[in-house]
Amino acid sequence: MQFMLLFSRQGKLRLQKWYVPLSDKEKKKITRELVQTVLARKPKMCSFLEWRDLKIVYKRYASLYFCCAIEDQDNELITLEIIHRYVELLDKYFGSVCELDIIFNFEKAYFILDEFLLGGEVQETSKKNVLKAIEQADLLQESQNEEWGGLSEDIL
Amino acid sequence: MGTALTSRKNGRDYGRPGAKSAPSSWERVLVFGAAKSFRDCIRTGSGVSQASAAQLSGTLLTCPAFSSPGKSKEAEIKRINKELANIRSKFKGDKALDGYSKKKYVCKLLFIFLLGHDIDFGHMEAVNLLSSNKYTEKQIGYLFISVLVNSNSELIRLINNAIKNDLASRNPTFMCLALHCIANVGSREMGEAFAADIPRILVAGDSMDSVKQSAALCLLRLYKASPDLVPMGEWTARVVHLLNDQHMGVVTAAVSLITCLCKKNPDDFKTCVSLAVSRLSRIVSSASTDLQDYTYYFVPAPWLSVKLLRLLQCYPPPEDAAVKGRLVECLETVLNKAQEPPKSKKVQHSNAKNAILFETISLIIHYDSEPNLLVRACNQLGQFLQHRETNLRYLALESMCTLASSEFSHEAVKTHIDTVINALKTERDVSVRQRAADLLYAMCDRSNAKQIVSEMLRYLETADYAIREEIVLKVAILAEKYAVDYSWYVDTILNLIRIAGDYVSEEVWYRVLQIVTNRDDVQGYAAKTVFEALQAPACHENMVKVGGYILGEFGNLIAGDPRSSPPVQFSLLHSKFHLCSVATRALLLSTYIKFINLFPETKATIQGVLRAGSQLRNADVELQQRAVEYLTLSSVASTDVLATVLEEMPPFPERESSILAKLKRKKGPGAGSALDDSRRDPSSHDINGGVEPTPSTVSTPSPSADLPCHRLSLLFLLLLSSRLSLFLSPPSCCLSGTGCLPRLSSLVCSGIGWPSELEPPAPESPMALLADPAPAADPGPEDIGPPIPEADELLNKFVCRNNGVLFENQLLQIGVKSEFRQNLGRMYLFYGNKTSVQFQNFSPTVVHPGDLQTQLAVQTKRVASQVDGGAQVQQVLNIECLRDFLTPPLLSVRFRYGGAPQSLTLKLPVTINKFFQPTEMAAQDFFQRWKQLSLPQQEAQKIFKANHPMDAEVTKAKLLGFGSALLDNVDPNPENFVGAGIIQTKALQVGCLLRLEPNAQAQMYRLTLRTSKEPVSRHLCELLAQQF
Repeated sequence: MQFMLLFSRQGKLRLQKWYVPLSDKEKKKITRELVQTVLARKPKMCSFLEWRDLKIVYKRYASLYFCCAIEDQDNELITLEIIHRYVELLDKYFGSVCELDIIFNFEKAYFILDEFLLGGEVQETSKKNVLKAIEQADLLQESQNEEWGGLSEDIL
Repeated sequence: MGTALTSRKNGRDYGRPGAKSAPSSWERVLVFGAAKSFRDCIRTGSGVSQASAAQLSGTLLTCPAFSSPGKSKEAEIKRINKELANIRSKFKGDKALDGYSKKKYVCKLLFIFLLGHDIDFGHMEAVNLLSSNKYTEKQIGYLFISVLVNSNSELIRLINNAIKNDLASRNPTFMCLALHCIANVGSREMGEAFAADIPRILVAGDSMDSVKQSAALCLLRLYKASPDLVPMGEWTARVVHLLNDQHMGVVTAAVSLITCLCKKNPDDFKTCVSLAVSRLSRIVSSASTDLQDYTYYFVPAPWLSVKLLRLLQCYPPPEDAAVKGRLVECLETVLNKAQEPPKSKKVQHSNAKNAILFETISLIIHYDSEPNLLVRACNQLGQFLQHRETNLRYLALESMCTLASSEFSHEAVKTHIDTVINALKTERDVSVRQRAADLLYAMCDRSNAKQIVSEMLRYLETADYAIREEIVLKVAILAEKYAVDYSWYVDTILNLIRIAGDYVSEEVWYRVLQIVTNRDDVQGYAAKTVFEALQAPACHENMVKVGGYILGEFGNLIAGDPRSSPPVQFSLLHSKFHLCSVATRALLLSTYIKFINLFPETKATIQGVLRAGSQLRNADVELQQRAVEYLTLSSVASTDVLATVLEEMPPFPERESSILAKLKRKKGPGAGSALDDSRRDPSSHDINGGVEPTPSTVSTPSPSADLPCHRLSLLFLLLLSSRLSLFLSPPSCCLSGTGCLPRLSSLVCSGIGWPSELEPPAPESPMALLADPAPAADPGPEDIGPPIPEADELLNKFVCRNNGVLFENQLLQIGVKSEFRQNLGRMYLFYGNKTSVQFQNFSPTVVHPGDLQTQLAVQTKRVASQVDGGAQVQQVLNIECLRDFLTPPLLSVRFRYGGAPQSLTLKLPVTINKFFQPTEMAAQDFFQRWKQLSLPQQEAQKIFKANHPMDAEVTKAKLLGFGSALLDNVDPNPENFVGAGIIQTKALQVGCLLRLEPNAQAQMYRLTLRTSKEPVSRHLCELLAQQF
């Protein structure tokens, strides 16, 4: 996989993960182009499209589009299920996930993704194992939680 | 469930629904803690924990407050700037920040960056967080580095240091964080620092599973980015055995790494085949619950299965009968399971199952050796063609395209033609229709060409604009390839122009002219048809061009009919003249002068047209000059001279269809597969592989030999033009001070102004042509096929190196070792028989196409005509470079394998740069020489996009491999490379200077070459540009 983008129906980018080196300018250009292309497609259309020399696999969950760019020989259907498994992971972790969870806890969304996909390849497909890794980290965090308590007080 | 960020204790009132001053999303996250409570408030259905698309759509709610971030863009920017200023002051403040605050602000910066704003500070604070011993601080630090990596070398050193510490910490959580960071950044600096350590972590007996998983994929990323940095060694053998690991997650991660390694070093990883087969077999035969959490919607380990099937596609079918039997059994099981009723109605179940099925079919197609499986695969895909899931129809069409090129399944694919045509007509999604068009193209052969072409033409009338050009190209290619009678071909192309004239590129209409010119049995029909087509009140300009050319050449063939008498033809063409572009009008003027020769009775009318003020004083120089020259030519030349100069165009030499080349360019390699694949329909290749002149015309012209009739007209021209120049009035000479002699000769040389791409290859100058009395005898046996499609790519691999594997397929491997000194070279070719069967009549020969023989001498030693199974034979070649040359010699290998003749033509990796001798010189000398070579034709320049990661060390290595010396301290910009060398040939030496300017930001290079010989500059520039 070359990259994964999450964006809203309004075209707002919510999460971006790049597995190939690209300049910021190029990333912005790709994002703009793809968001436009995908949003223009109708609901019943197929989830795959050719784009430049890549294949785009996308799926919409409520207000969010999950969009992956894969290479020519990669398997489209299994990529579709990569997306679904990621949504399941988010869902399980946040307890029925919504767009706001991803906005507010973007760092968690990234950590979960890193446990699941690394370098653009599936690392661990077991839901239990991925969430175990994240929860372990949360436990470490809990123990340091006292410091976090003051956070909301000194904001802005 | 997971305790996300803390925050419930914070009770700010903007967390309440309906709060008047609800801040927008970006603001809200800046207020970390508010998140959870707010979310809870707006969530409608809570307590839904099972995930499915439908349920998620109930919970992934859009909240109006979040869809329009901020009251206005300006307000948001103002707010962000205020916050950035605040963070900056905190970072700069005297008071040292504690880890917690640092983390908080770094996280805010990240958030602001992800909103799309630029962040130019905070990197140092993030790096500091890396060395915190608090997990969350470290984690945020790593996230910041991963998302906002900066190539600031000072920071990279610090980051690498922190990573090093974490890798050595023996704390698996920290180790994983560090590995994730390396995998996310994947830069060369990180590769240099860690590529050697990670294999050790990967295979260490005491590494935790999760660490192994991350290490495998981290190594994969580094290997992809800079393969040279990853040392191969003892670990590679142990990596293969991870396929046997107890932990499915470890296997899943390791397979990806192994697949990538296999592609580059297939021989070193051969043992993985049997391991992969047994692993796959265990998964495929397991019950749907055996694998517990690795079962996905009743499908056991779908991701791992797909990856294993991908891995197997790196190799030919297993040779070991037991392994092969087991594998075939697996493939059959997958095909059988596809027929079973689904275990769940969920789309996830069918997607996962079909993902494995499609990958299985890919493997079957890759092997292309099991007719039974291929046909079963085809039938399975046939079922999907009518499935209600658009996704499956799309994939079935795509996958069938590759099946169509296998001789075993081509016929089976053809049985679905009606379904595919129907898809082309009725699919609502353009990307699916596109796949259908691709499949029709792939399944086309002589038996169904007429049907497919007519369906595609019909589709073209309503096709989406985005894919029209491609459809036009495909129709044009199929029509040419499978034409039985050429009148059908001409009709088809004219239909193309009529239906989609705007999308008919030059290549397409040039091609129809080439074919009509070369085949005299179709010329009369073509003239009649274009004449009729031109009668349409509105006809496309491309039609006028084709009509103008064909009538100018062959109008006489229909002149007997009073309805298409010469004056009628002329007035029909001329009625279009004023509406056409300059290029078309120029072409029509050439038609007119040809008419004067064909039909003397039109001379007065045409001279009148040429003489008209609108032509003779046309603002366009090209039109004006043509009018003046043609008018003069028609007045001064005798009928005989006219007849010779304006003689019918000679047949065009055959070359690859330019349309096919265009389609390949458009679609990338493989696009022309239907045509490249001659084995399926061997008869077609002889007849339609290229358009050969019919027997009544001259014998097949070879590119080097010129044509008798053409030469004759040139001779006359030289005589004529010297006379002509006396008569010409000054305005026509405005282009060049030397009068119009060179101009006119070039005009006639190119066949009186026909589009230059249509010319038969003209010699460099007329004199050279005349000096060469007879075309050299065809040097090679005629039956040497064209080089295989990948020949150029394979050749490119050897431009900067001398040793390696030149070619490999399932039967044969050809290795090369070579060395070059001065203008001499010696090359060893190693032919390895990869099968267990003897090759017979094995004969590799080196052929010099064109006049290469006078440029390069290659002396070959004979090799044994039998090559035993598993054996390797060696052939020695002595090479002498006589003078500069542009095309490499061809290596043709022929042998019989199991009774079937095999032949293969490759390009021998001998390119002119092999005879480079590096030259060191000081900056001053370099610039002096650079200036000496300042004629425009001595310089060749190319600006091109980087195809590989831009890395200075790799670039250096390539330039040295190319043969030139690298000169330091010459270019004021240290990023640029400057090189110098001398190409040594027997006849002459060519000095070469080069300069390569990388632009990392644009991912582009500019390459400039200056040499004392123009073609050498251009050629070297082409060769070298391919390498980056």
